[in-house]
Amino acid sequence: MSARDGGYDDWLDAVAESAGYYLECANGHGWLPPRRVCPDCGSRDLVEEPLPDAGEIATHTTVYVATPAFEEDAPYVTAVVHFGPVSITGMVRGVDPEAVEMGDVVGIDVGERETTGDRIVVFQPR
Amino acid sequence: MLDPRVAGAGVTDFGEHPERTGRDLFAEAGLAALDDAGVPADDVDALYFGNFMGELAEHQGHQGPLMAEAVGVDAPATRFEAACASAGAGVRQAVKNLRTGEADVILVGGAERMTNIGTAAATDALAIAADDLYEVRAGMTFPGAYGLMARSYFAEYGGNREDLAYVAVKNHEHALVNEHAQLRKEITVEDALDAPMVADPLGLYDACPITDGAAAAVLVSDEYADEHGLTAPVSITGTGQGGDNLALQDRPHFDQTPAADAATEEAYADAGVGPADVDVAEVHDCFTIAEVLAVESLGLFKRGEGITAAREGVTTRHGEMPVNLSGGLKAKGHPVGATGVAQIATLTWLLDGSHPRADDVSDADVAVAHNAGGTAASATVHVLEVEQ
Repeated sequence: MSARDGGYDDWLDAVAESAGYYLECANGHGWLPPRRVCPDCGSRDLVEEPLPDAGEIATHTTVYVATPAFEEDAPYVTAVVHFGPVSITGMVRGVDPEAVEMGDVVGIDVGERETTGDRIVVFQPR
Repeated sequence: MLDPRVAGAGVTDFGEHPERTGRDLFAEAGLAALDDAGVPADDVDALYFGNFMGELAEHQGHQGPLMAEAVGVDAPATRFEAACASAGAGVRQAVKNLRTGEADVILVGGAERMTNIGTAAATDALAIAADDLYEVRAGMTFPGAYGLMARSYFAEYGGNREDLAYVAVKNHEHALVNEHAQLRKEITVEDALDAPMVADPLGLYDACPITDGAAAAVLVSDEYADEHGLTAPVSITGTGQGGDNLALQDRPHFDQTPAADAATEEAYADAGVGPADVDVAEVHDCFTIAEVLAVESLGLFKRGEGITAAREGVTTRHGEMPVNLSGGLKAKGHPVGATGVAQIATLTWLLDGSHPRADDVSDADVAVAHNAGGTAASATVHVLEVEQ
């Protein structure tokens, strides 16, 4: 069994329990863990804030040619979603890929890759 | 401070050479560059070598000394890794060291062996230029990242797949006479639009191929060139490098490349030129949308106007601002760690008149090379000028 990735796996655990969070600096910039300093402003005063319940799709693409680890998942939609001050990349499920649009409101969860069973960030329409 | 000169350059044929080892590819390019320069290997003070995925493709780390040995150079050798901008980063370090007088002759170059592991594994290897935890594990591929950027660009500035198809058509046409190019075939806008989707809105013809190949250049101090009577009319007069957050999601905009903006500003100031002075450019078109973002970062087109540059003919070889006369990464091919130096080689040959497309830019004095890593979390820009 491989070691957990500190920060990242803890964050996925929290998202899976509907208790997702992000790290916010003193100036309101949002990041995902692990972080010790805000790359935008240098603030080291990072505190966990609850992830907003829903976010907006900022951009998206349907991936037809996947890497081997996602072969059986393809085609799938990759999106970057703005959750307030933090943005997250994941797979959009539960909607026809052709119907996905920028500005769509989605929630976040943790799912499994069809190809490998590994955990993956999933966005579902709200 | 006198600027370093490009004394010679060499490239292998770019293409599918799965059986050729990285060391053999680089030996061919490096020896060609030394021969072209007329500089003995004994005079080389250092090798700066670009390579991105050698561990994955060849199970080979520590490539600096391996590659020095391959070209018969007994000198300190260091590998540079900045994803697709690896060789550009090496060129930049060479320019700096030649300017200070710490070195007189630096061999810069790069090599990448990619097709031996197959398309699927190569796609996987390229993806690791992104953030593993938050992008790769989320399913983001390299074309996927540029698909995200293209959609953002279209939404912000307009443009469509057909505009991008013109970039591919142009670069394929440019490559027709490039004997080292991987894809020497003319394509039409319809071909590009009809090709299978890779990561929408990007299709197969929006993407550069997977390429084996190497490139090298001998950079020398101005003093060395004079002392040895070298014919080296092209100088690197400006260097710049910019950086950005690695993950696309951690940037305020997905439709521009601030690292390339910063590299451009620094390189132009260093050379004392502006975008209006640039006569020809080689830019990092790993995807068609990347060429659009590049020419805007270089200030050759305003934001939102790069998208129609190829369609309107401005960036074709007959246009006012020819871009990627080599065929670009799109048609010339993209051996990742070699690309930054292949661009320097192309521009040197265009400026000194020895490139097959040189007649299209016979009055060119100032050229610019734009090399970007990943989704441009790393970018280098170099200005080259020819003495009249």
